[in-house]
Amino acid sequence: MAQSSLDALLKGSSGRNTRGLLRILILCTIAAAAVSSRLFSVIRFESIIHEFDPWFNFRATKYLVQNGFYSFWDWFDDRTWHPLGRVTGGTLYPGLMVTSGVIYHILRFLTIPVDIRNVCVLLAPGFSGLTALAMYLLTGEMAPSPSAGLLAAAFIGIVPGYISRSVAGSYDNEAIAIFLLVFTFFLWIKAIKNGSIMWGALTALFYGYMVSAWGGYVFITNLIPLHVFVLLCMGRYSSRMYISYTTWYALGTLGSMQIPFVGFLPIRNSDHMSALGVFGLIQLVAFADFIRSFLPGKQFQKLLTYMVFLTFGLAFTGLIALSATGVIAPWSGRFYSLWDTNYAKIHIPIIASVSEHQPTAWPAFFFDLNFLIWLFPAGVFVCFQKLKDEHVFVVIYSVLASYFAGVMVRLMLTLTPIVCVAAALALSCILDNFLVMSTPKGAAQAKANGNESKSLRSGRNPLVGIYSYFSKAVVTGSVTIYLLMFVAHCTWVTSNAYSSPSVVLASRLPDGSQFIIDDYREAYYWLRQNTPDNAKIMSWWDYGYQIGGMADRPTLVDNNTWNNTHIATVGKAMSSREEVSYPILRQHDVDYVLVVFGGLLGYSGDDLNKFLWMVRISEGIWPDEVSERAFFTARGEYRVDDQATPTMRNSLMYKLSYHNYQSLFPPGQAMDRVRGSKLPTETPQLNTLEEAFTSENWIIRIYKVKDLDNFGRDHSNAVAFDKGLKKKRAAKKRGPPILRTE
Amino acid sequence: MPSKRHAASTTSAPAASTPTSTPKSLSSGPATLKTNASAAEIAQHVWQQYLTTTPQRTLLLDAFMFFLVLVGGLQFLYCILAGNYPFNAFLSGFSAAVGQFVLTASLRMQTSGSGPGSSKPSSKGKNARFAGEDEEQTAGISHERAFADYIFGSLILHFFCINFIN
Repeated sequence: MAQSSLDALLKGSSGRNTRGLLRILILCTIAAAAVSSRLFSVIRFESIIHEFDPWFNFRATKYLVQNGFYSFWDWFDDRTWHPLGRVTGGTLYPGLMVTSGVIYHILRFLTIPVDIRNVCVLLAPGFSGLTALAMYLLTGEMAPSPSAGLLAAAFIGIVPGYISRSVAGSYDNEAIAIFLLVFTFFLWIKAIKNGSIMWGALTALFYGYMVSAWGGYVFITNLIPLHVFVLLCMGRYSSRMYISYTTWYALGTLGSMQIPFVGFLPIRNSDHMSALGVFGLIQLVAFADFIRSFLPGKQFQKLLTYMVFLTFGLAFTGLIALSATGVIAPWSGRFYSLWDTNYAKIHIPIIASVSEHQPTAWPAFFFDLNFLIWLFPAGVFVCFQKLKDEHVFVVIYSVLASYFAGVMVRLMLTLTPIVCVAAALALSCILDNFLVMSTPKGAAQAKANGNESKSLRSGRNPLVGIYSYFSKAVVTGSVTIYLLMFVAHCTWVTSNAYSSPSVVLASRLPDGSQFIIDDYREAYYWLRQNTPDNAKIMSWWDYGYQIGGMADRPTLVDNNTWNNTHIATVGKAMSSREEVSYPILRQHDVDYVLVVFGGLLGYSGDDLNKFLWMVRISEGIWPDEVSERAFFTARGEYRVDDQATPTMRNSLMYKLSYHNYQSLFPPGQAMDRVRGSKLPTETPQLNTLEEAFTSENWIIRIYKVKDLDNFGRDHSNAVAFDKGLKKKRAAKKRGPPILRTE
Repeated sequence: MPSKRHAASTTSAPAASTPTSTPKSLSSGPATLKTNASAAEIAQHVWQQYLTTTPQRTLLLDAFMFFLVLVGGLQFLYCILAGNYPFNAFLSGFSAAVGQFVLTASLRMQTSGSGPGSSKPSSKGKNARFAGEDEEQTAGISHERAFADYIFGSLILHFFCINFIN
C-alpha cells in the first residue's frame, strides 16, 4: 500500500510498469494543472504581489536577498511603528523568506537571471504542485488502491479552499505552510506505521520547517499528541508509537525552539502543553508495559494502581503550582477565540476586527469545497470501517478541523486537506467497485464471503456484488458529471473570486470591456515621488504593509498588530475631533495622513466602513474619551448623512473622507455610493490638515498635517482669518507643489 | 518518565543485591511470588526478573539510560536550586539528556527483539487483528538499521542542542 510510484516502475511485470508510468504522468499533469490554475491573476493583471501581508513578506525577502541572512536575522526595522520600531528579525516566521531567498540564489547560481519579485509571485503556485504530490503520498498511506491518492492529489490541486490562499502573487506564509502541513502528516503516518527513528526524525525536521513558516504549526503540535492520546485510550499502545512519538517530540520541540519568534513558547505556553503531557504519559505507559512483561496480571494491577495514584497526584500538584506561580503562560487570545466565538469580540477587538477571523458562513463550505463537502462524511465512514492507526488520525483530524473551520474563516485552509483525503477515499471506494467490468466468479466470491460474513457489513457490495452494466453505467456517469462540475466550479471560483490582487481593482464598463482601477499604486507612487524619504505616514493599520512595501515610507502602525495601544492611538486620532487629534499627530511626527474612501466608486472596503473598529479599539484603551455609542444616532443607526451625530461629523475620519467631496456634485446632490446616502450640502471644515493628493477615483486621499501657525494662532482662527482675506493664503503655504483637488 | 524509573530501581536495589548472587534461577522466579504480595515484594521480584532475563547488550543500553536520567536529574536539580540563568544552556542540556534517553529507549525497543514491552498489549482485546501486522513491523527493522536510525536521530538532536546552547 505504501508502494511509491517509483517502486512500481522499477520492479514487477510490465503491466505494473506501465501503471507506474501512468501514475507518474498523471501526477505531473495534476501538478501542472495545480500550478496553471493559479496563474489567472498574472495573466489578467500582471506579476504583482497581492493584498496586505504579502507586501511585508516581499519587503522582508528583498531585505534578506540584499543584506544576507545574518543581518536579516538581526533586523531592527525603524521604518515601521514609527516611534517604536519593530524587531522584525525576531518577530517573524522566516521560513517563507528564506525559502524564496534560497530559490533565488539557486536560480542565480544556475545563471538564470530572475527577479526576486517573480520568485515571490510564483512561489505559491509552485508549492501547490508539491502539495499535490504530498497529498498523493498521504492518501496512499490510507488506502490500498492508488486511485485514492491520485484523486486526492487532483482535488487538492484545484480545490478553491486551498487556491484562495495560494494564487500567484499571494505571497503569504500559507503558501508553503500547507505543503509542509500535508507532508509532515504524511511523514508522521509513515513513522507510526513503521516505528522507525528515521521517519520520526524526518517528521520532526519538517515540523521544524513548518514552525519556521507559519503560526498554524500549533495545529500539528496539538493534533499529533491527540492522535497518540486517542490511540492510547483505545488500548493500542505499541513500541512503534513510543518510538515515533518520542522521537518527534524530542527533536521537534528542540527544532521549533530554534526560531527566535517561537523561542521558549513550547515549554511555557499552554497551547503546547498537551504535547508535553502526552510525552510524559507515553513514558509512563511504556514503563508500565515494560514492567508488565515481568509480572502476572494480578500483581501488575496492584502495582499499576499505586503508580497511577502517585503520578497523577504529582502531576496535578505540579500543574497547579506552575500555573499559580505563572511559569506556564495562560492560553493566547487567538486560542480562546477558537473555543468561544464571542471571546474575541468582547476582549480583543483587534483580533475580531480582521475579517478572516470571523465565523464561517454556511455557503462558504460549499463555495470552497463544492461536492467534496458531502463526500467528506462518507470518507470518514470509510475510515471507520478499517480503523487502523492512520484511519484514526483521519477521523480525529476531520472532527477537529471541521470545528475550527466553522469558527474561523481562515481555518478553512486546514480543513481542506483532510476533506480532500476523505472525499478521495470515498470516491475511490465507489469507483473501485463500480468501474470493474468483469463479473467475479466462484472463488473470488467465496473469498469475499469468508471475509465479510463475520462482520455485520453484509450490506456492502462484495457479498452481493453489482454486476449489471446499467447500474455501473449510471453510477460511473453521475460521478463523472460531478467531477466535471467540480472542475468547472473550481475554475469559475478561482477566476472570479480569488484571483484579484486587491491592490489593483477591476471592473467592467457597460460595453463589457475591462476597466482597471489602479488608485492604490497611483497614490503610493505619488508618496514615493513627492514626499521626503522619512515622511511619516499615518493610516489605519490595514495599509501599513503596503505603504512600507510600495511607497517605502515609515508608517505608524501596520498589519503586524503587535502593539495594541499604538493602534488604539491611531484609532483615537481618527475618531476624535481635530483639536484632540492634532496634538496626537504632532506628537507622533506625522507628516501625512492617508485614508481610503470608496464613496465615489462604491468600493465597500473603505475606511468609513472600518471606522467602527477604530472606535472600538481605541475605546478599549480610552473608554472615557472615545465612546462607540456616540457614533450611532439615537435610533442606533450608523449614518453619514444629515442625521449623523455631531461626534461622527466632527471626527477626523469623517472630515478627511468627505473633504471637498460635495464639490464634485451639483449643490445638494452629493451621494455616497457605498452607504447609499445623501450627504449634507456643505463640506466639512478642515483646519489642521490640508489636502495633498487625491487619486483618480478618490479611493486614496492623502492629507498633509499643517505645521504650527506662524503667528501662534490656533488653526481654526487662522483658517477663519484666511477665509476673510484670501490673498495672504498663497504666501503661507508650504509643502508639495502638486495639489490636485478636483 | 525518568524519575519514576529511577525511583523504582533505587528502592529495590539494596534488596536485590543479594538475590543476584544466586545465578540462573529465572524459572523459579514467578512461582515464588504470591498473589497478595506487597508492592515492595513485587518491585523486588521485578528487579530480579529483569537482571536474570536481560541480555548483556541491552543491560549496557539500560546503564546508559540510567546515566542519562542521572545527568538530566542533576541539571534539573541545579535549575531549581541555583536558578535557571542561562536558560538556553539549561534547556539544551536538559533536552539533550531527555532526547538521548528516548532515542536510546527506542533503540532498546527495536533491538531487544520480542523482548519486554514490544507488542504484548496490542495483542489483547479488540486489536487482535492488528497484532500480526504489529509483530511483523517491529521485527522488520534489522539491528543495523535501528542503529543507523539511532545515529541519525542523535546527530540531529545534538546539532539542535549545540545550535541552541548559545
